[in-house]
Amino acid sequence: MEKQTTIPVKINIQNKDFNVSEETKILQQNETGAIVNFVGIVRGFDEKNNNVIDSMTLEHYPGMTELEIEKIVRQGCQRWDITGVTVIHRVGKLLPSDQIVFVGVSAKHRQNAFDSCNFIMDWLKTKAPFWKVEECNNHKKWVNYNLSDDEATKKWVV
Amino acid sequence: MVIKYFSWIKEYIGKSEELIELPDDITTIAELINYLDNLNDHYKRAFVKRDLIKIAVNKTYCSVETKISNNDEIAFFPPVTGG
Repeated sequence: MEKQTTIPVKINIQNKDFNVSEETKILQQNETGAIVNFVGIVRGFDEKNNNVIDSMTLEHYPGMTELEIEKIVRQGCQRWDITGVTVIHRVGKLLPSDQIVFVGVSAKHRQNAFDSCNFIMDWLKTKAPFWKVEECNNHKKWVNYNLSDDEATKKWVV
Repeated sequence: MVIKYFSWIKEYIGKSEELIELPDDITTIAELINYLDNLNDHYKRAFVKRDLIKIAVNKTYCSVETKISNNDEIAFFPPVTGG
């Protein structure tokens, strides 16, 4: 039987920045002994093509994005004993060093928080419908998907 | 039927969304792709790498064999690159 999940879950897709400290405080209100946060940041350099990145714009599929993240979070809740989850993903134009994504998980014990945060992030990278376009020297380039992201999800297959 | 396009597929086709009346003989995603592919060169270019393209019906991932109807919302997009 599927485990029912009634823990606090917050999923936001937004243009505006987020405050990691405030989000951590919210997770701290859950019954918790451990919080693990992941924060993704815009890189200023494209190592593969040796390019400086001026900016990056993210688009997504409203409605489906939230549904896909909800599914991933639900799977995480069923697999690990966790007490709260927050996923915030920014869209629109971002600059190098800007925050893109926040995944925060609270749990009673650290290993559940570490593993579920890693799980949510790995699946978000391969399932949540976001696309990045990089701007370098006035040229736009859609970012290619990374095969290593698919590989990363294999460790979660049981 | 509403069809949505994202990322470089949207740019190749030149629109992010369109409303089409599904011809009676089209019942699957594979048949829809063939139909669009024959409309003009913009679609043809977008669907050249069709093995790469991800498909959603009513905001859920699906395959080319998925059955479709006129009330569905279809989306075509490249592999995702968020996070």
